[in-house]
Amino acid sequence: MSILSKLKDFLFRYDKVKVGGGEKANLKQAAMGKLTARERIHTLLDADTFFEFDLFVRHEGKDFGMDKKDLPADGVITGTGTIIGHPVCIFAQDFTVAGGSLGLAHARKITKIMDHSIKMGIPLIGINDSGGARIQEGVNSLAGYGEIFYRNTLASGVIPQISVILGPCAGGAVYSPALTDFVFVVDKISKMFITGPEVIKTVLGEEISMEDLGGARIQSEITGNAHFFAKSELECFDQIRKLCSFIPWNNQKKANPFPAKKPKSNFDIERIIPSDPSKPYDIRDIIFSMVDDSDFLEIQEHWAANIVIGFARINGETVGIVGNQPLVLAGVLDVDSSDKAARFIRFCDAFNIPLLTLVDLPGYLPGVDQEHAGVIRHGAKILYAYSEATVPKMTVILRKAYGGGYIAMCSRHLGADFVFAWPTAEIAVMGPEGAANIIFKSEIAGASDPNEMRKQKVAEYTEKFANPYVAAANGYIDAVISPADTRKLLIQTLQLSKQKKEHRPFKKHGIPPF
Amino acid sequence: MEENRTGKLIIDDTSYETRLTKKFRTRKPYVKYDPNKVNAFIPGIIRDINVKEGARVKEGEQLLILEAMKMKNLLLSHREGKIKRIMVQSGDMVLKNQLLIEFE
Repeated sequence: MSILSKLKDFLFRYDKVKVGGGEKANLKQAAMGKLTARERIHTLLDADTFFEFDLFVRHEGKDFGMDKKDLPADGVITGTGTIIGHPVCIFAQDFTVAGGSLGLAHARKITKIMDHSIKMGIPLIGINDSGGARIQEGVNSLAGYGEIFYRNTLASGVIPQISVILGPCAGGAVYSPALTDFVFVVDKISKMFITGPEVIKTVLGEEISMEDLGGARIQSEITGNAHFFAKSELECFDQIRKLCSFIPWNNQKKANPFPAKKPKSNFDIERIIPSDPSKPYDIRDIIFSMVDDSDFLEIQEHWAANIVIGFARINGETVGIVGNQPLVLAGVLDVDSSDKAARFIRFCDAFNIPLLTLVDLPGYLPGVDQEHAGVIRHGAKILYAYSEATVPKMTVILRKAYGGGYIAMCSRHLGADFVFAWPTAEIAVMGPEGAANIIFKSEIAGASDPNEMRKQKVAEYTEKFANPYVAAANGYIDAVISPADTRKLLIQTLQLSKQKKEHRPFKKHGIPPF
Repeated sequence: MEENRTGKLIIDDTSYETRLTKKFRTRKPYVKYDPNKVNAFIPGIIRDINVKEGARVKEGEQLLILEAMKMKNLLLSHREGKIKRIMVQSGDMVLKNQLLIEFE
């Protein structure tokens, strides 16, 4: 064969495999409002940066007539490319080829690109769109899943791992995304569950649609499995690129700095908080008023909204922000919000992102449902995560910091490096009403006018303890600061903490209350 | 997205004005354990009923078989006593926590 004909042969082979499941299957994919696997990769990555691996891999199915079937690229596209100019590894399952089902060769392509991303120290992005295990390949497809989970775990805390659910992701397949750091879902396209509606109906007699069982909204609002919700695939890709702008490429690096920008002028930090501690406000307005360009990327916005987590920049440097949200459930800590915050804190700690904690909470949520759901075990996660974190930890107490909630929200006692309190702060064992009712129980009960006595005692307690000065007198906070100075002080503390080193006793790993 | 409603949340005698999430509003109220009632611990299908209304049973005696997840679960009596009512029939599909048998 001449070189020319070899080249022609190569192009012929290339074109044949590149169309995936073929025109018809691609049209079907489009009719479902979905892009094809290749279109997804090209849209997400910087233009013309995708370099494909293993296009000519062939599947290994021998039984049930599979040996006669040709499955282009074995139903998964893998390779490298860049996002905002920085390299990433990526794979995208191709639903047009055997429903994106996972066989041994398919899994090997994925584990190969995963190994590559760990070795190269660059993020891994997985786009999931698959009917699940390739039944014809039997235990080999199970082996494939297991090997993916194993690598997800090895890579955890070493490189950022991003999962994008753009189709069905059912059975064992959901555990790969669950092991990764961020899960992106798209309305009406993403579906995640362990057992589908059919099985649930036959076994348990419960009838439910796929959408209601594990659609994008359910995963974003009810389960907390998803971190980002988008209305379309394009919006989803924008969210991924934005997330990538905030995070470092591996655990040895810091996030890329950006030019510093002032917060937008429409957020006036001194006018957001009502002085009455029982009145709500949106903690995000406080965040907008202190971060660069008032730009805040919120994570898990629709789940456990009583705590707000996300990334922003201060003076060009990425910070992870955790703030109680008085607007929702008075900003209490509970099972879900503790879980949400703890995981985020651990991500920030693993990837050298300083933590900023904004405190305004009345404590943990009371209730039988909470106790029985294990609020002790789940609530302990946040204590563990903050205590364990060695990145710079800055805490600003805005208003209420009562009881266990005060301790949990990155107090000095859990190793905060800087604790500031606004003059509106109330650092106490509980709110004045509750405290007065306990401390002065007999005085109130024995008074000729118990209500009047209660009012008097509440006022007494408020005057004495509902302020930041008792904590300041003990050195538990470093300074009472004017709200307007907060950003300036945060910039200083970030600069001060650049070389922070904290040594911990050697251990293989801790045992957090999972 | 999830519908939030403004409401009050009382913590340590202080009433906070805030939004109450759907999850919070629809949380299951606590129901005290009633030793006279036998409920389904898992959704499934009633296969066999081994006792009759009015019968006296001993602790550990088989009451019925509840098939769920391809397993035939033997439901044994947790106490000694007289059966007051049987709320299900063989072949019935039952939900989790559904009342199956009531003691006197």
